[in-house]
Amino acid sequence: MLYSLCFLLFMIGLYCVLVKKNMIKIVIGILLMEYAVNLFLVMLGWRKLAEEAVAPIAAGGDLLDKAGTVSQLFVSRAVDPLPQALVLTSIVIGLGSLALMVAICIRIYEKYGTFDITKIRRLKG
Amino acid sequence: MSIPLPLFIALPLASAFLLPLCGKKFKGFASLAATVVIAVLLVMSILSFGRFDVYIVGRWTIPLGINLVLDGLSALMLATISTVSFTAMLFSNRYMEQYTSKNKYLSLFLLMVTGMNGVVLSGDIFNLFVFLEIASIASYALVGFGCEHEELEAAFKYMTLGTVASMFVLFGVGVVYGNTGSLNMAVISRYVAENGINTGLAFALALFTTGFGLKAALVPFHAWLPDAHPSAPAPISAMLSGVLIKALGIYSLSRVIFNVLGISVQISWVLIALGVLSMVIGVFLAVGQWDFKRLLAYHSISQMGYVILGIGMAALILSNGGNPAWASLALLGGLFHLMNHAVFKSLLFLTSGSVEMSTGTRQLKELGGLAERLPVTRSTCTIASAAIAGVPPFNGFWSKLILVIAAVQAGLYGLAAVTVLVSIVTLISFLKVQRYVFLGELPENLKSTAEHRGLMACAMILLAILCVFMGALVIYEPFRVVVLDNAVNALSDGFAYAGKVLSAQILTGQ
Repeated sequence: MLYSLCFLLFMIGLYCVLVKKNMIKIVIGILLMEYAVNLFLVMLGWRKLAEEAVAPIAAGGDLLDKAGTVSQLFVSRAVDPLPQALVLTSIVIGLGSLALMVAICIRIYEKYGTFDITKIRRLKG
Repeated sequence: MSIPLPLFIALPLASAFLLPLCGKKFKGFASLAATVVIAVLLVMSILSFGRFDVYIVGRWTIPLGINLVLDGLSALMLATISTVSFTAMLFSNRYMEQYTSKNKYLSLFLLMVTGMNGVVLSGDIFNLFVFLEIASIASYALVGFGCEHEELEAAFKYMTLGTVASMFVLFGVGVVYGNTGSLNMAVISRYVAENGINTGLAFALALFTTGFGLKAALVPFHAWLPDAHPSAPAPISAMLSGVLIKALGIYSLSRVIFNVLGISVQISWVLIALGVLSMVIGVFLAVGQWDFKRLLAYHSISQMGYVILGIGMAALILSNGGNPAWASLALLGGLFHLMNHAVFKSLLFLTSGSVEMSTGTRQLKELGGLAERLPVTRSTCTIASAAIAGVPPFNGFWSKLILVIAAVQAGLYGLAAVTVLVSIVTLISFLKVQRYVFLGELPENLKSTAEHRGLMACAMILLAILCVFMGALVIYEPFRVVVLDNAVNALSDGFAYAGKVLSAQILTGQ
């Protein structure tokens, strides 16, 4: 159910990209899509019973022996750490593309003096 | 001799960040270093033909860590990427003198190569996404490199659609992870082979088709390409049309469909429909163009249609249980056309760059009679036009012939007819290019035009030689076995990919 809400947020972002005329609003739409995907990734590692879930860091009590074998209880309670790593990576990538996108917007504003994409139409055919 | 696979990624990545350090004083050195790096990559990629190799990053074995896989298809893509980037780099040594800050250009160029090499070597879908973004972000910046009105507008359009495509891919990666619990292509492939495809994975497949389709500019998703490719500097147009849309779009799409999520009748019809739409719509839009580079860009869409059509026909034959020989033939045609298109389309973009640099315009109506003023450009452009139109004995003829034979053998006569028809329309539009650029009256203001020789001509001649002799890849048996058959088998093996990768991991003893 919650996953479909993520998809709804993704679709709102896509709608914003497709319909809005202002370049900054298009950029915001792309960000919305990005956040929807990030939220979705985080939720993949989520556990339903919040009081049972623990952070995936094995501390002293969770280790069975010196070799570092973790207890079954810890394995069944820890949240999945991989999606968090994915989200960190995707946030960094998102930051890079956002910076470039805003830079292009600023340069376009310097050249055309407007953010309205219906007025920025030199290329056609 | 075995070359460690991370070198393909590490070498251009490291030089991309080191080159801007040599400032204005060592500009010549920076270009030379970049050319040497790309040349080394070219040699490495040619040496890697016929190898099957799995590299385990940081000794974390497959279900846990990241791995790089070199198989036949990756080797073919690596060689294509290196060939085109080598010639584009030779060409840009002189061409990019028109722009400022060449070091930044070189570093973005190398980053784009890093990303593409990473995409074709990655054995992990999330890593594939990361490299896809590296290549894409570098290409957005390169499209807007000129920082004039048109370039910026095209860069914004390209970037908007490109980022949306990446988000679709990332969403697909997330859905696959949620359904199979793994990001590794081999493990997912084994899971799908055992459990079949469920609704979630089918949804992921739809997301991947949209995302990679946008990156490959297949027809319903093609709107950005005719703006982005002509606006970039000529060597970058050659890279974008020549290899970027293939590595990011076609390669990833076919890898995911054939080896990871599995083929079905439905997805093969989707591919065939995308292919036919791209071929027909792309070529008819191209005929009416009067901007040299824009015309070429529309032809990229149309020629990508051929590649996807070949791959889709193979998927259809395989999933209907037809004769695997015809499926292999269709794949061979598609993949060979991919290589050929990389060569002749990058050559065409380079010649358009040469014409634009000499005359200062790329409007076909303002040009004319340049045959004597630009002899090298003229002859190479004629060869490339003949190749793209499928005139024998140039390379485009062989791949189109194979596609037509495969379509007829599979009983898809309609598709064979469309293939031939599109080829004829292609020929018409390139006759128009020849007529308006090189023949006819020389306009008064172009009387003193002179050609830029040296490395620029060198790059064009190199590609023209490839156009003439690449037919040998299918005719001469040993070449075909090493270069093309390995790539075809990599795709047509389907889920056997998982077994190969997982057993190769055990063999390396890690």
